[in-house]
Amino acid sequence: MSNSLERLIQLSSKRYGVEATGLHAEDDVFEKLRIDSFQAVELMSELEMEFDIEIPDYELQGVRSFGQLAAAIDKRRT
Amino acid sequence: MPLSWTRSGAVVELALGREPCNEIGTEMLAELEQFLAELDVENTAAVVVHSTVRGGFSAGADLRELHRGLLSLPAAEQGPAIAAYIDRIHAVMDTLDMLPMTTIGVVHGVCFGGGFELALTCDVLVAERSARFCFPELRLGILPGFGGIPRLRRDVSNAVVRDLLLTGRSINAKKAIAVGLVSQMVAPGEGLTAARAVAMQSTKFDRDALVTTKRFMKPLPPRAELDAEKAHFCRLAAKPALREALAKFVSSDDLRPYLP
Repeated sequence: MSNSLERLIQLSSKRYGVEATGLHAEDDVFEKLRIDSFQAVELMSELEMEFDIEIPDYELQGVRSFGQLAAAIDKRRT
Repeated sequence: MPLSWTRSGAVVELALGREPCNEIGTEMLAELEQFLAELDVENTAAVVVHSTVRGGFSAGADLRELHRGLLSLPAAEQGPAIAAYIDRIHAVMDTLDMLPMTTIGVVHGVCFGGGFELALTCDVLVAERSARFCFPELRLGILPGFGGIPRLRRDVSNAVVRDLLLTGRSINAKKAIAVGLVSQMVAPGEGLTAARAVAMQSTKFDRDALVTTKRFMKPLPPRAELDAEKAHFCRLAAKPALREALAKFVSSDDLRPYLP
């Protein structure tokens, strides 16, 4: 598991009260965390601050799984 | 009632409480007008504008109401109706912008489109860590139409304005501080407390000095720019692209319908 994926899962688990062991790369972030559109916006801010990056929204088109989101994060880490 | 306001001494708190996320439609507009009509300007040193709904400060214009409104009107009447609405909302935003007192906006979560434009009328913005600012209007085939572009340009560089408008991307509170849009970032749930402290500062100052300083440092954006924005908005809003985008929006179950 990549470092970003692991941190993403840990953050998601802590923030949304879901067991980290139940979150996997292929899981749908929004379904698994049961978050609505407003929480999805907040999650983006959380992730950007956690990883000290900016993720332009247009790079998130089609991103649904933890693995895809971790890859989008990795693209922005320097 | 989506809006409510309370007074404590010389500080007034305006609470935006319309579920799901303070969408700005005709009801919200009428209540903003009522708030301004009832505000005791002479005895107010500060106004704190904050949201009581979980989703955020405001998701912007009520797109569902706009969609219904356009469908209900003959084509020939749509343009004048939009122009009249835009004139009303500009009058409200300009009045908020120029209130002779300190205005403090407290932003959490979503602060998009017309909601962002409302926040931009405030003198000082306090953002909770969850705040996110965005102008997604180009996705709808329009541009911001509540006076937000000249106001954003007043506060930040033209390059930042272009970035936000031409990409439609959203930025977090940390970035908003970095570009000079937001004054303070605080923990979730702490925004109102921080804003009240800012408001209390204003109660300590000589009123003339306070209002003179505000007028000096925060003039209304040039009338020509505000009028040009209205004209651009009305021209673009008359085109089919807006109607197509609204139809798509109201039928979408996408969790992130704002994505450009």
